[in-house]
Amino acid sequence: MADGYVVRVSGPVVVAEGLEEPKMYDVVKVGELGLVGEIIRIQGSKATVQVYEDTTGVRPGDKVVNTKQALSVELGPGLLSSIYDGVQRPLSVLREESGDFIARGISIAPLDEKKKWEFQAQKKDGEEVVEGEVIGIVQETPLITHRIMVPIGLRGKLKGLRSGEYTIRDPIGSIATPQGEVELFLATKWRVRTPRPILRKLPPDSPLLTGQRVLDTFFPVAKGGTAAIPGPFGSGKTVTQQQLAKWADSNVIVYVGCGERGNEMTEVLATFPELEDPKSKRPLMERTILVANTSNMPVAAREASIYTGITMAEYYRDMGYDVALMADSTSRWAEALREISGRLEEMPGEEGYPAYLGRRLAEFYERAGKVVVVSPDKRVGSVTVVGAVSPPGGDFSEPVSQNTLRVTRVFWALDASLASRRHFPSINWLTSYSLYVDTLSTWYSKNVADEFPALRKEALEVLQKEAELQDIVQLVGYDALPEAEKGLLDLARMIREDYLQQNAFDEVDTYTSIHKQYVMLRTILAFGRRTAEAIRRGAQATQLSSLPVKSKISRLKWTPEAEVDRLVEEIEREMGEQIEGVVREAVAQ
Amino acid sequence: MIPLTYKTIRQVAGPLLFVEGVNDAAYGEIVEITNALGERVRGQVLESGKGLAVVQVFGSTLGLDVNSSSVRFLGETARVGVSDEMLGRVFDGLGNPRDGGAPIVAKEKFDIVGSAINPYSREEPSEFIQTGISAIDGMNTLVRGQKLPLFSGAGLPHNVLAAQIARQAKVLGASEEFAVVFAAMGITSEEANFFMREFEETGALERSVLFLNLSSDPSMERVLTPRLALTTAEFFAYEKEMHVLVILTDMTNYCEALREISAARDEVPGRRGYPGYMYTDLATIYERAGKIRGRKGSITQMPILTMPADDKTHPIPDLTGYITEGQVYLSRELERAGIYPPIDVLESLSRLMNQGIGRGKTREDHRGLADQLYAAYAQGKDVRALSAIVGVEALSENDRRYLRAAERFEKMFVAQGVYEDRTIEQTLEIGWEVLAELPDSELKKIRPEYIQKYRKKASGG
Ligand SMILES: Nc1ncnc2c1ncn2[C@@H]1O[C@H](COP(=O)(O)OP(=O)(O)O)[C@@H](O)[C@H]1O
Ligand SMILES: [Mg+2]
Repeated sequence: MADGYVVRVSGPVVVAEGLEEPKMYDVVKVGELGLVGEIIRIQGSKATVQVYEDTTGVRPGDKVVNTKQALSVELGPGLLSSIYDGVQRPLSVLREESGDFIARGISIAPLDEKKKWEFQAQKKDGEEVVEGEVIGIVQETPLITHRIMVPIGLRGKLKGLRSGEYTIRDPIGSIATPQGEVELFLATKWRVRTPRPILRKLPPDSPLLTGQRVLDTFFPVAKGGTAAIPGPFGSGKTVTQQQLAKWADSNVIVYVGCGERGNEMTEVLATFPELEDPKSKRPLMERTILVANTSNMPVAAREASIYTGITMAEYYRDMGYDVALMADSTSRWAEALREISGRLEEMPGEEGYPAYLGRRLAEFYERAGKVVVVSPDKRVGSVTVVGAVSPPGGDFSEPVSQNTLRVTRVFWALDASLASRRHFPSINWLTSYSLYVDTLSTWYSKNVADEFPALRKEALEVLQKEAELQDIVQLVGYDALPEAEKGLLDLARMIREDYLQQNAFDEVDTYTSIHKQYVMLRTILAFGRRTAEAIRRGAQATQLSSLPVKSKISRLKWTPEAEVDRLVEEIEREMGEQIEGVVREAVAQ
Repeated sequence: MIPLTYKTIRQVAGPLLFVEGVNDAAYGEIVEITNALGERVRGQVLESGKGLAVVQVFGSTLGLDVNSSSVRFLGETARVGVSDEMLGRVFDGLGNPRDGGAPIVAKEKFDIVGSAINPYSREEPSEFIQTGISAIDGMNTLVRGQKLPLFSGAGLPHNVLAAQIARQAKVLGASEEFAVVFAAMGITSEEANFFMREFEETGALERSVLFLNLSSDPSMERVLTPRLALTTAEFFAYEKEMHVLVILTDMTNYCEALREISAARDEVPGRRGYPGYMYTDLATIYERAGKIRGRKGSITQMPILTMPADDKTHPIPDLTGYITEGQVYLSRELERAGIYPPIDVLESLSRLMNQGIGRGKTREDHRGLADQLYAAYAQGKDVRALSAIVGVEALSENDRRYLRAAERFEKMFVAQGVYEDRTIEQTLEIGWEVLAELPDSELKKIRPEYIQKYRKKASGG
């Protein structure tokens, strides 16, 4: 059989001729080194290949071999705690093989092929099983039970399924299908560009709680929902994404570092094993998969990385888990797309991006959702997708931001002017939105407090009013405002500083349970109502704004969960006394 | 492979040559071009197909023609020989001696593009570098292995500042070997001389390697210069276990060269004519900073760029900021107010600050103090803008306090001498003095116990 050969090379794009039966998205190996690439265009006898490794040194005439397999990921026990590049090569093993710098042409199995897993069969021989059905389990990490499912597309009678110790390459039994007998393994493969099938989507109805006050209280994302975080550099995209990866109440986290900094992945690798999940007290790494294709790694693999990530996310969803995927940054993915498109000399759309940018983005976010998975027991799982967007110059009118906002339902607008004054997270409370607020309000009323949605609304109104008043202050000065409005400004400032601002690097402040969020907000707003009342009775705003109880309210965010209720009681008592004191004085004068 | 020579140049377009009849040039292959007068320049293959190679010329295309010039394909990609002897030497933008000294005899040659560091091999930078400059140490701390650019503008004192940092930077309690690699791209000879004199006076020259592509040198060389510098830096960091500070200036000129090539190739331009792959290209430079687990040396990068029209959203600073671990921002406004260094801390950022500060590294109150100073300064500046409209009389008493705090911050904290080398304790003490203007209840970002411990009361209220 004849191999193909290179006829043209330009950066990551190689054109080959003479390939045997080229099909779109077939994986090929290019040159002596066997650089991995994927066919992305076929024209007559020519196949255009995007190569996932640096092509320096490749020349016309070099051979090209078609593996005749579509770009796929391997799915099975061992995914959790791993760190992969954009085409699922495990970076830890790559380091053993090629040293500290990534060498080219190395192919490594994504999952440890030698490791033995304890498999517990849950079905018996002779039982009829269908696709998606759970036939047994492996305790992948102390946090996650890996459910071994009948691969999509198979059904039939089980044969020889036994509990025991297996590697992912050992057959665990087989299945007699109408087409013949098929061996079963702990791991399967799936093509990254094809969504794993589902039975149907369900409306997302519970929040993904993140421990971040501005998100959970004001702009929540639902489990199975989509959110976009656009912002200029330094505004907090990565820290927010990492906070979600740390604290979100999801079963599994897939964190895709797409075209961003190497040190940021190192930071995750260094901190996650040491942080514990607030509920289970296990290291966070045990529920996390990292995909790292940093900015200096090959650009085509960057394009693939978000598909690699979301396919793994869907796989755990199919087991019935809630999975959250963070992609930082989808703009780098889009730029990879643009670069490849440019090399293909395609007709450019806006700002050089290909005309299909919007469609590709929509297809990606469409893979999120709360779903009934393909299974006889109608398991429910979810994939939440949170994508960072890096608009050039911080201008949200550019194509990636705009196309993303069209297909995502939560918008966390990062604001450079907030970041520059170190208001973190620098999420603008006036422009951000969540389209899940209404559907989730039932959940909040039932699970947090009846009044929670009302408190949220009240706080937002204060902030909105503040923005209007600030315009007036610009014209007439603060002193010209009526007392009541001075009081409102004071309250708004408390909401901003004592509630919205949250320091990701403070041991306590980094995470706030939804209960603590509720009591904090209730306390601040109670202070606001009482001072407003006091002002009506003649008190001065300036006197109220220097009450000692305020510093106790500020301290709430730094108060450990277990001590919050006690401090709140104390505050409520002192608040009453101190405000009354001011009123008495004012009336006496 | 025997180098093949072709005389089949079909077209010379800007910095590009289109060579016909070539069937197997490698992508990235280095070529040598000889013009009619026998002068030689180097180039590199940007695109290769059956029968055609597109070559980017590094030197000047002056004297190149389609009739008598020839192109020799050398069969290898861009590599550079590096050795110990490079310390104390000055080279041109392509690595040839510029100081009249002998060429470097190197045992080993390295690929100048360099493979990406495996993210799994990286070590988180966390060692505090004291630069002696309060606006950096106190507010935007630099750590070893970081890439922290200076965002500057034409005529601002970025060179003086860079030299001061190079002169004063130290890791407390450590006495390890260090080196400076300096790469100039398109700067004037006067600027280059400034740095050479600086290095000479402080004795740093013998620990430095300089690559100079000056404004009068061919602009295309600039595409190679930073890569040569970084390859050299990697040699000293990873083979010789040194801590290397790499200064790259001016990245704006580097980006202009990229744009020139892209335009010559008729590529679909990204923003403002810069190529769509400029982000990736810059990343292959900046991401070469760092530390590697189990290796002793490190590479700290300080790129300098001048923002066209002082515009931070221009693609050059914008893409840089998206890659680097923060930025030190020089402000024309502060410069006009006579403040040196004119660092605008609100626009500046060190993303690795948290790893380098706190108990055991700088001081436990550092984070909170810095956060409070940011907030206070930001608010003070707002008040300043407001008072320009409504007058100081219309301000509340609290606003006036912030106004004073912002004044003190600029005059006492940010401003310092070119030869003033402050310890981190001095920097933090000055910070507390600035905050003395504000009552306790305003210090919401500092833990109460630190306020108690470190607080200074305003003199005279
Ligand atoms: N929630 C937060 N708490 C404290 N600091 C933050 C927070 N979010 C962002 N920061 C600060 O802002 C810097 C930039 O944030 P980052 O997420 O890296 O920005 P981006 O990814 O948008 O460029 C961080 O290094 C950190 O200093
Ligand atoms: Mg980021």
